[in-house]
Amino acid sequence: MVLDTKRDFIVFDRVEKRFGELVVLKDLSLSIAKGEKVSLIGPSGSGKTTILRILMTLESIQGGHVYIDGEPLWHMRQNDDLVPANEAHLRKMRKQIGMVFQHFNLFPHMTALENISKPPQLSLGVDKASSEKRARELLDMVGLSDKEASYPSQLSGGQKQRIAIARALAMEPKILLFDEVTSALDPELVEDVLNVLRDIGRSTDTTMLLVTHEMSFAHEFSNRVFFFDEGRVIEEGPPDNIFTTPKEERTQAFLKKIIAAGMRID
Amino acid sequence: MTLLITAGAGVVMLVSSFAFGIAGASRIIWLKWSVRIIVEFFRGTSAYVQLFWAYFALPFYGIYVDAAVVGILVLGLNVGSFGSEVVRGAILSVPRDQIEGTVALNLSRYQAMRYVVLPQAIINMIPPMGNLAIDLLKITPLVSLITISDLTFQAQVIRQQTSETIITYGFILIVYFLLSSIIVHFVSRVDKYFARGLDIVKGNH
Ligand SMILES: Nc1ncnc2c1ncn2[C@@H]1O[C@H](COP(=O)(O)OP(=O)(O)OP(=O)(O)O)[C@@H](O)[C@H]1O
Ligand SMILES: [Mg+2]
Repeated sequence: MVLDTKRDFIVFDRVEKRFGELVVLKDLSLSIAKGEKVSLIGPSGSGKTTILRILMTLESIQGGHVYIDGEPLWHMRQNDDLVPANEAHLRKMRKQIGMVFQHFNLFPHMTALENISKPPQLSLGVDKASSEKRARELLDMVGLSDKEASYPSQLSGGQKQRIAIARALAMEPKILLFDEVTSALDPELVEDVLNVLRDIGRSTDTTMLLVTHEMSFAHEFSNRVFFFDEGRVIEEGPPDNIFTTPKEERTQAFLKKIIAAGMRID
Repeated sequence: MTLLITAGAGVVMLVSSFAFGIAGASRIIWLKWSVRIIVEFFRGTSAYVQLFWAYFALPFYGIYVDAAVVGILVLGLNVGSFGSEVVRGAILSVPRDQIEGTVALNLSRYQAMRYVVLPQAIINMIPPMGNLAIDLLKITPLVSLITISDLTFQAQVIRQQTSETIITYGFILIVYFLLSSIIVHFVSRVDKYFARGLDIVKGNH
């Protein structure tokens, strides 16, 4: 297949994902351009998390190909063939990708500062002084300068998630994945985290993929929205189209349910 | 001699516990299974038989090893095989989330083990490892079977010469107790050291 590397920064080409007998993604194709802010929405179990996990190399694929900046992610080129990727190839590809998890996954035995500064030292070889300097800038950016010596267990959910975002940013990935980063939080802590995401969205050209149930945030934040159901893209387009004039029946039904549950989508 | 054997076997126990424990938790199938077989062998046969075999049977195959070395290796590996199960269990008890975090931050498998998994696992290893160290001390009298005169053996000699059964046995009870107290004290120091930061996690701050 011919890739236009500008328009096709992230490409899923007829990807199939199975868990045993269960087919979660079937012939999924999509393409995302560099710098796009994309939201993935859809009912529970539609495969949104799976898509992010495939990109983070946490979940392998059983068919098709994924490309990042023209390079296959789960395969390597070998003479004109594509063969399954080895660990070295995956590590090379992972350098470009970062992920923020629903449950933060901070390291409990490290302080906030260490959580952010240690990974770049280990995997990028940045020296201690400059990685700590950068970590302090990021702590400042997420509004937690005073917490650098705290351990995760001493922080609130919202604070943990902001540390986790800072930790992902410290690796300077070209692609950032966010999997329902506010859904494990108490409602009053959600806004702080969303504000940080807004900041990042405005201030960087990082390509961002966001799985979320916060429709009104998806609406204002992203330039494109994918609606998934049963592992397929049912509809995609600019947020105004998807949220105000959805064409597909399933999209309409999904949004109707969300509104009925009392959530805003505008 | 008891001290030397305990200390030497203690080192063998620690090294083999970690080596076999980490290998046993590995995803490399052949490594995992060969280690499991070694561990099960040492766990499944008694230290008594292993000592006899290593000291009296190996020479038939032309392998002669010093009695103290046999004692240290056999006891160390014997208790270490139990220790490796402690290490393996502690490693596997670190949540999957943590490993996924290391993948997302692009750490190598070695770095993930060294900087994320082991520091969290070690805290769960220390109390059972301390118990194993005491077990080790308590089985050292077995080495008298292979001609080493350890504390218990010497006590018997003295008892035979002096007929002071109560005093000599009372004395060695106290010595063993003191030795194991030293181990207990040492273990709790190590525990405190590794608990920095994690004590908060465990909620016993
Ligand atoms: N490790 C796994 N083993 C087996 N099935 C899995 C596994 N992970 C996900 N699935 C299944 O794959 C499907 C898609 O899951 P996924 O987590 O991607 O959905 P989702 O769109 O993120 O849903 P939600 O909105 O609830 O988070 C579901 O049917 C789920 O049960
Ligand atoms: Mg999900």
